[in-house]
Amino acid sequence: MLTRRNPLSILLCLELMLNGANLALVAFARMWGGESGQVFALIVMIVAAAEVTVGLGLIVAIYRRRLPIDVDELSELHG
Amino acid sequence: MTQFLFFVAAIGALGGALGVVLLRNPFYSVLSLAFHLVCLAALFLLLHAEFVAAAQVVVYAGAVMVLYVFVVSYIGGAEQVPSGAVLKVLGPLFALAVAVELCIAMLGSALKGIKTKGAPIHAGFGQPAHIGTQLLTKYLFAFEAASILLLVAAIGAVVLARRRRGLEGGDEEPVRIRLREPDYAGTMAEGAGVRSTRYDELLRPDDESGTQQEPKPEATHTGGW
Repeated sequence: MLTRRNPLSILLCLELMLNGANLALVAFARMWGGESGQVFALIVMIVAAAEVTVGLGLIVAIYRRRLPIDVDELSELHG
Repeated sequence: MTQFLFFVAAIGALGGALGVVLLRNPFYSVLSLAFHLVCLAALFLLLHAEFVAAAQVVVYAGAVMVLYVFVVSYIGGAEQVPSGAVLKVLGPLFALAVAVELCIAMLGSALKGIKTKGAPIHAGFGQPAHIGTQLLTKYLFAFEAASILLLVAAIGAVVLARRRRGLEGGDEEPVRIRLREPDYAGTMAEGAGVRSTRYDELLRPDDESGTQQEPKPEATHTGGW
């Protein structure tokens, strides 16, 4: 994720990380016999869905303005 | 049978994750991620998390992956840009550090539970009824916060991706629609023999081609409606 410069790849890798966290949450919920982990996994899923919506909207907006799809080039907000 | 399923799903999940990272084409990466998610749903089923598995298949492998596929095909599979020299060194270092940390954590604590069967679970563990009860009683604040987050994300996506008069409206080309003008508009002047009753031509009575009574050549041969 750190070495990619295509925002689409970065989003995909972010999905992978969130899913790893999800798997750990569900596994620990099974290990301790509580359902809280599964509730947290669901909320992580919601957060991931929101992030995907906004991220893909950003990518589409970048593409429409014909800016380079490269996170290193998009540094206008750099202080 | 359970162990066999676990190994199949685990190997599938690992292979899918590796495919996401290693494949160069973003389209193949997305497909690999979908496979990874389905394998992860199978793992959730084995862990008695039926509702989470169903939500994973429906939300992730269904909706989110469709969104990804649409965006990738819209953008057209942008080529991978090679990363900078600093990141090329730092990235594997970070990955190695995380891997070592995870190995230490796993060897230190998680291997203790490998022989046991896990905690005793009640009947209906992970069913939607139990999850819903937990969500609406103990975790009500998280539930409401998640709903507000989804609302904000939906509004943000609409604002970001709409076509006209968005945040970037200033320098975007306006969409021009060229309507084909009809040759005959059904006016009384046409009934009297004037073939072309276009407004701009009527305003120029003394042009080089003569009077308006004689039809223009291009107005005669083009078909009407």
